[in-house]
Amino acid sequence: MVLLGFLTVTVLSVVFLRDLFAIVMLFGIYSFLAAALFVTLDAVDVAFTEAAVGAGISTFLMLATLALTSRREKTLPDRPLVPLLVIGVVAAALVYGTLDMPHFSDPHAPAHTRSAPYYIESTAREIGVPNIVTAVLASYRGYDTLGELIVIFTAGIGVIALIGYRKRGGDS
Amino acid sequence: MHSPIQPYNLVLRIAAKMLIPLILMFALYVQFHGEAGPGGGFQAGVIFAAAFILYALVFGMGAARAVAPAPLLRVLAALGVLLYCGVGLAAIFAGGNFLDYDVLARDGVSGQHLGIFLVELGIGITVASVMITIFFAFAERGVTR
Repeated sequence: MVLLGFLTVTVLSVVFLRDLFAIVMLFGIYSFLAAALFVTLDAVDVAFTEAAVGAGISTFLMLATLALTSRREKTLPDRPLVPLLVIGVVAAALVYGTLDMPHFSDPHAPAHTRSAPYYIESTAREIGVPNIVTAVLASYRGYDTLGELIVIFTAGIGVIALIGYRKRGGDS
Repeated sequence: MHSPIQPYNLVLRIAAKMLIPLILMFALYVQFHGEAGPGGGFQAGVIFAAAFILYALVFGMGAARAVAPAPLLRVLAALGVLLYCGVGLAAIFAGGNFLDYDVLARDGVSGQHLGIFLVELGIGITVASVMITIFFAFAERGVTR
């Protein structure tokens, strides 16, 4: 609960701040808090990823972007009523969608009754690795992970295509 | 961030020199210990890239470019994806389905071990090279502007 409270405070400060440098720093804190939250939920693999990618690399990439652009956020002159309306409708739809979701840690949720017991029971027999998360990611859901890898590869290609090739003095 | 830190900044240079091997070792540990503990290719690749980024920050872009040239990074980024797909295709040629590691070795469990190892290695290589490439692209853009 304390962590969730901190998360909320961080998000609210991000919304109201105009200094992008401070916002990037707050995003790093947000990722770190999220990682701590995942640890308390016993999801160490997710926490590890959040700490390394969210708090580490993406903070850094956002700082690098800030170095290329401006540090201050441009303020809009008028009141953006239409975007506010759109966001309100979408948020209401999302909240309405969560009403159908199973309750937190509900043992009868589909995620806990269909595939998860199968993974837990058969990982030791079929895969033989101690970490079930690795078994699910790399073996049972190998297609998904291949897709994620191709997404990262495509992101790299995109960055190279957009700003990577700058000829200067013969050196790319 | 654009200019390398001045040579007289001795403490930072020594600290970075001591930290970078530890970060690389930790990345390799996360990479190859991912089957047993938390971690895997994605996290290992990011940590590996973080070591290079630290090196580039402290010792300058030129020194970092000398360690990790851009053509090599591009080849490695593609190689990781190819390794992943290659494992999948190897499973097809061995008589199984795509990414079905059971057929890669004599029995299913060791085939799974081999498949997961190679696939995670491919993930690690691609993630590390792509992250370093993206960082270099941003940093050099700042230098040349």
